[in-house]
Amino acid sequence: MRRGGVIWSWFWMILGVLYFFLPLLATFMFSLRAEIGHLGFKAYQNIFSDPQFQLKFPASILWAVLTIIVAILIFVPTAYWVRLKTPNFRPAVELITLLPFVVPAIVYVFGLVRTYSQPPLLIVNSPALLVAGYTVLSMPYMYRAIDTGLRAIDVRTLTEAAQSLGASWGTILFRVIFPNIRLSILSGAFLSFAIVMGEYTLAQYLAKPAFAPYIALLIQNKAYEPAAATIISFALIWACMGILQVIGGGDQAQIAGGH
Amino acid sequence: MSTQTKQDAPKARPAPIMASWAWLGLMPFFVFAFLFLLYPSSTIIVRTFQDSQTGAFTFKNLINLVTDPYVLGAYNMSIKISVVTALGGGIFGFLLAYASIRGGLPRFMRSSLMTFSGVASNFAGIPLAFAFIALLSPTGMLTNWLKAVGFNVYDYGFTLYKFWGLCLVYMYFQFPLMVLIIAPAIDGLRREWIEASENLGATTFQYWRYVAFPILLPSILGSMILLFGNAFGAFATAVALTGGSSINLATIVIGAQLRGDVLGDAGLGYAVAFGMVIVMSVVMAGYTILQRRAERWLR
Repeated sequence: MRRGGVIWSWFWMILGVLYFFLPLLATFMFSLRAEIGHLGFKAYQNIFSDPQFQLKFPASILWAVLTIIVAILIFVPTAYWVRLKTPNFRPAVELITLLPFVVPAIVYVFGLVRTYSQPPLLIVNSPALLVAGYTVLSMPYMYRAIDTGLRAIDVRTLTEAAQSLGASWGTILFRVIFPNIRLSILSGAFLSFAIVMGEYTLAQYLAKPAFAPYIALLIQNKAYEPAAATIISFALIWACMGILQVIGGGDQAQIAGGH
Repeated sequence: MSTQTKQDAPKARPAPIMASWAWLGLMPFFVFAFLFLLYPSSTIIVRTFQDSQTGAFTFKNLINLVTDPYVLGAYNMSIKISVVTALGGGIFGFLLAYASIRGGLPRFMRSSLMTFSGVASNFAGIPLAFAFIALLSPTGMLTNWLKAVGFNVYDYGFTLYKFWGLCLVYMYFQFPLMVLIIAPAIDGLRREWIEASENLGATTFQYWRYVAFPILLPSILGSMILLFGNAFGAFATAVALTGGSSINLATIVIGAQLRGDVLGDAGLGYAVAFGMVIVMSVVMAGYTILQRRAERWLR
């Protein structure tokens, strides 16, 4: 590479770094100005002592954990079964797992609300519908992570070995397959966690308490607190992505949605 | 030898019956997908072709979709913003990825860029909108800095809450996505190719024009199409930034329609949602086709 090329490389990288950090710097500086006259963490204290936050932040964590549990319980046996017994269903299953990319979140929640808000299917107010919706949103990432994990192990041999030792299907799944792909499951889980914690559209339109709608409310009513909440939200994503890096999810595993 | 002896030995036991029922093991998945993905989505499609009053089959809603000026304006704005940010984010993301992988920078720059991109492409929606309000609103940090040196962007027609402001914010999740999906293609550019072109006396321009660019083109186009879809479906960011009023996007129309029948026609609401699914399907199909073409060079 010629010298001129390196200078350009630095130029683009510095521009990228500025684009990345300036909004965060502005938000952080702003979040420190809640008290007139000096910088401090008053806005953060306000948020942590706000009953609304104490309700909605743990609610989001709960949705995320439930989503991850449901996703694991449905997608691990499915991906396992597709590999072992029904490879001819692979195209159909993979197509379905990719469908959430084709249906934007707002269109999806529109469909959910209109489908399930009239008798006999009046379940629009059930928290279960939100968890099911989040499971669908996380499906492309979760399924791909699990399937990648299964590709790396010899599913057939493990299964036959377990069967010859007299293991039931439950034992095979939970005591043989799960431990062997737990890193893949974890990387899918942390990505799902990040998605659900930042998700606005579904929680807003299914009228359930969650962190992102709470920030939206703060933006309308407060000045410095939304800045603090934004920093908290960013720190959460950073933590999830950091854990993903450590687990080794790879570049591709980090691509998510929910904008 | 009689034909009798040539026959296979009888099977020790009949083929396991389970095999033919193996698909039952996928039932939980299919039931889940049907209840919470396929059926709600089909509601949108079915009701697009139904008269909202009588329930009879009709093309009226689709015809309204392509003639209603309000809806057309929203689609137009969605497409414009998606094209601009797909091109802008695509070019910037490509330059960044190329700079970090083949630009002669220290090695740690690459892994840092990938981590940042993973974070930034996920940092979207409500918090992202607020970060840019803190930066570029009339009292934002950068606005104040620029004012201090005598350059007030708001005197020159810039507004964070209109088209170009929204583009700038969308770029924040667009270019990192480009970095993540184009990186494997840049990795696939072999060093032998540039060496071979140099040995044959090619200039840098000729290397790019006749070797690297044609090879990368399907990947770049495919990634940009994906970026288009990424922006086209975005909703939370736009709502948080504009309050849903200062700019009109297809996603915002659907959001408003969910709160109350702003279009005055329930059927048209379904058609708007249906149209988005069609656009996204074309996007994903285009991406898949181009990705397959691109993979030829990635071995």
